[in-house]
Amino acid sequence: MAYLSGANMTGGYGDADILHDCTIGVERGEIAVVVGPNGAGKSTAMKAVFGMLPLREGAVMLDGEDITALMPQERVFKGMGFVPQTQNVFPGLSVLENLEMGAFIRDDDISETLEQVFQLFPILAEKAEQPAGELSGGQRQQVAVARALMTRPKVLMLDEPTAGVSPIVMDELFDRIIEVARTGIAILMVEQNAKQALSIADKGFVLVQGQNRYTDTGAALLADNDVRKAFLGG
Amino acid sequence: MNTPSDDTKKRQERNLTLFGVLVVLFVFVGMAQSWNVSLAILNLCLISAIMTLGVNIQWGYAGIVNFGVMGFAALGGLAGVLVSMPPVAASWQAGGPELLLGGAIIMITIVLAVFAASRTQHLGRWRFWIIVGVSLTGYFLLRMLVDPAIEAIESINPAKAGHIGGLGLPILLSWVVGGIFAAGAAYVIGKASLGLRSDYLAIATLGISEIVVYVLKNEDWLARGVKNVNGLPRPVPYEVDLQVTAWVAELATTVGTDVNELSSIIVKLCYAGLFIIVLAILLWLFETALRSPWGRMMRAIRDNEVAANAMGKHVTAKHLQVFVLGSAVIGVAGAMLTTLDGQFTPHSYLPLRFTFLIWIMVIVGGSGNNFGSVLGGFIIWFFWVESEPLGLWLMDVITMPLDASNPLKMHLLASAAHMRLMTMGLLMLLMLRFAPQGLIPEIKR
Amino acid sequence: MTDILNAFVLLANFVLIPGLAYGSQLALGALGVTMVYSVLRFSNFAHGELMSFGAMFCVLITWGLQSAGISIAPLPTALLALPAAILLTIALALITDKLVFSYYRHQRSETVTYLIVSVGVMFFIGGLIRFIIGPDDRVFADGERFLLKARTFKDATGLSEGLAIKTSQGVTIMLAFMVVAALFWFLNRTKTGKSMRAYSDNEDLALLSGINPERVVMITWMITGALAALAGTLYGLDKSYKPFTYLSLLLPIFASAIVGGVGSPVGAIAGGYVIAFSELLVTFAYKKVISYLTFEQVVPEGLVQLLSTDYKIAVSFVILLIVLLIKPTGLFSGKTI
Repeated sequence: MAYLSGANMTGGYGDADILHDCTIGVERGEIAVVVGPNGAGKSTAMKAVFGMLPLREGAVMLDGEDITALMPQERVFKGMGFVPQTQNVFPGLSVLENLEMGAFIRDDDISETLEQVFQLFPILAEKAEQPAGELSGGQRQQVAVARALMTRPKVLMLDEPTAGVSPIVMDELFDRIIEVARTGIAILMVEQNAKQALSIADKGFVLVQGQNRYTDTGAALLADNDVRKAFLGG
Repeated sequence: MNTPSDDTKKRQERNLTLFGVLVVLFVFVGMAQSWNVSLAILNLCLISAIMTLGVNIQWGYAGIVNFGVMGFAALGGLAGVLVSMPPVAASWQAGGPELLLGGAIIMITIVLAVFAASRTQHLGRWRFWIIVGVSLTGYFLLRMLVDPAIEAIESINPAKAGHIGGLGLPILLSWVVGGIFAAGAAYVIGKASLGLRSDYLAIATLGISEIVVYVLKNEDWLARGVKNVNGLPRPVPYEVDLQVTAWVAELATTVGTDVNELSSIIVKLCYAGLFIIVLAILLWLFETALRSPWGRMMRAIRDNEVAANAMGKHVTAKHLQVFVLGSAVIGVAGAMLTTLDGQFTPHSYLPLRFTFLIWIMVIVGGSGNNFGSVLGGFIIWFFWVESEPLGLWLMDVITMPLDASNPLKMHLLASAAHMRLMTMGLLMLLMLRFAPQGLIPEIKR
Repeated sequence: MTDILNAFVLLANFVLIPGLAYGSQLALGALGVTMVYSVLRFSNFAHGELMSFGAMFCVLITWGLQSAGISIAPLPTALLALPAAILLTIALALITDKLVFSYYRHQRSETVTYLIVSVGVMFFIGGLIRFIIGPDDRVFADGERFLLKARTFKDATGLSEGLAIKTSQGVTIMLAFMVVAALFWFLNRTKTGKSMRAYSDNEDLALLSGINPERVVMITWMITGALAALAGTLYGLDKSYKPFTYLSLLLPIFASAIVGGVGSPVGAIAGGYVIAFSELLVTFAYKKVISYLTFEQVVPEGLVQLLSTDYKIAVSFVILLIVLLIKPTGLFSGKTI
């Protein structure tokens, strides 16, 4: 059983199920990537793991504990962090305030975490007093990831962190994500740029129509001819 | 399992019961208080019902929040004065041409300002100042040319006239003119503000209606402002004439009532007859419209504006149509009210009474259903009037054990009259919470 | 030189001082509207009545204090009654939320539903107020009437124009300044204040950050209630307390909030003063000022007034409309606190 896992998840909004017996998960210090074509239910699976989608069947386990019934906020307290795909910063608040709000549930001293985050994303230290809404797309994604790190989560879930950023910024973001994983945090993310994502992934899940099609290590998936042809553009 | 026709039947039975209760209420007031009171309430109920119909087609059919009911009703009332009062020749001599010129200046200024606004988008900040410049120039020209004329008009026999008078035509004509006035105003307002978000539209229309009433209160040359216009001609006979008519006297002896009271009842019945005709025509028109493709489209737009827009429906244009139509109906009702009152009193136009109370009628009656609106108009007006005696009675019962000189009892009795605001608010909140569809819900077709 | 001073004092006496006081009252009212808007996302039509409610309790408590012989002269006794009135208004705001608004919040109702519901609340509170205190005009200002009397000013300066500052005006400006400073400190410097701004900025993300929405809403109503009671009392102290006037005050307050940009506290304050000074400047008769500043011969005959004072409040409606039609986001393009 993985550190965080959503096992055999079935469910959707209203009557129609989007996920059918779908399983994803990640170990501590590893990066797991969920890829697949548009409408495969990748983001839905993430939401299900974070408790933003009611499940009819299946269970979400964190460190051996069943958290299927918990509200998203309660999962934050359990050590999970989530970075939504869009609207993932507080645009009217300064970068520093964004980070402080990330640490809202903490009552202890956050200056050490702030320092770590600033080390990881030096540009944020520079722009600390600027409203997040005024930053560029890539910088905003950094704020979003940094905000989620402020709770010192054990698991970080990222929903398409590189959506809408330039290739250079994307590479940089991936570097940062690897660094985060090295600190022992489990990273589960959905990516549109499947090739690049799988190349940094310890584990990969290929979803099609809400079902697992392929599950293997990132390298193995990249090497698999069928996967390459069908999902990675040859 | 209920078949659809069973449901329809049940619904009809329910509605009939609701209207039946109303009839009983009116009869009860007729017996307990007097038939004059009962009919007086009935007449205002009819007018309220028409105003409610107007708001209902805006809100219930199309989801437009019009908090400017008061302004449209006041414009309708103004039509009553401008159509029916005899013209004041001296006023027209003293300042007629200047007034017409002033009207022309206003038109030209508006046209120029709108033209400037639509053609100067590329000029950035200059655009604002160009529009301001045009408007201010127009305003100062207007003041310079028209101020002396207004002063001259207002000084002509200020005790009785002091305004331009009207056209001296039958007042029934004003019901149409009132509708046209309101429709014209609604066209301009709608053009400018229907694109706003619902709460901004609500605030904007509320503000506009206040401005309309402010103008009516302060522009004495138009309709005497707060000095009121009294003695508007009537579409029905006068009580004094009826009292000396032979058949009335005969009828009074046969029924065994006072001639004065009977004549007053006859007058009220005449008004009621006229109002019922208008209400019936409007109801028929609106029911037909609701069933037509036009009505279906309106509801489609209301329920999903985005989808309707995507299907190529001109949502804004349709909204404008329905806004103008609904406001025209309110204008008609406003003119009818002035006709019934026989006077035009700008200070009596209060948003609580003319805008928000009408909204309560729509909510309670059932938005989206014309019969619901009519029922809401009747019930709410009935209780608006009768809640005072009811409240007094209630307080009397509650404070029975207390001595007559007990300060709490005296305070409660004195405050009973204000119960109705609270009752209305409570009723509205309860309906919104527990029966948001209203007494007669919209029929999903 | 004296003439220029005289002209300035004239303007200060009839425009500057009353404008600052009235503007502060509007600003406090608009701040309340803006707080509710940015957190609960609707325009609260009951806000005028909330102000009236606070002012009413201030009147009642002031009467009680007066009859008990308690006074803080030269300051008005109402200031002593204010804290209790504020607490009662906060209680009312919280009760209304619990009984009425929370239901629609959990239903995730549309803005327009809230709007109509708030009209119902407006009726109810309005009726409650009239039921408790009646519809009549109540004067409850006591203590020293003036901080600075026109005569004193004339004697001291030797100018022919006098400058008078009413105690109520001085108190209004002082209190408004203090309260606004405290509010800004709260919103920008405290964790709770920041969490309110975060919630109003991005509700979903605030939930993901563990911010408790019910707490944010509760604090919003507490601040709103306090601001409303303060604004209502100061307005009543300055003019006189009359339940009826607070509904007409609602539009200038909305105007202030919208002109500044709904949701922006800075905007609400700026909007309040813009509206107040516009009303006064547009309806001020400039004849005397012009006669001080120019020669006898060029002074025009009329009052040199842009608009008659009858239209004073209408000015705010006109500004409101212009802003709504030209730049609905307001001067400060606000959406969040």
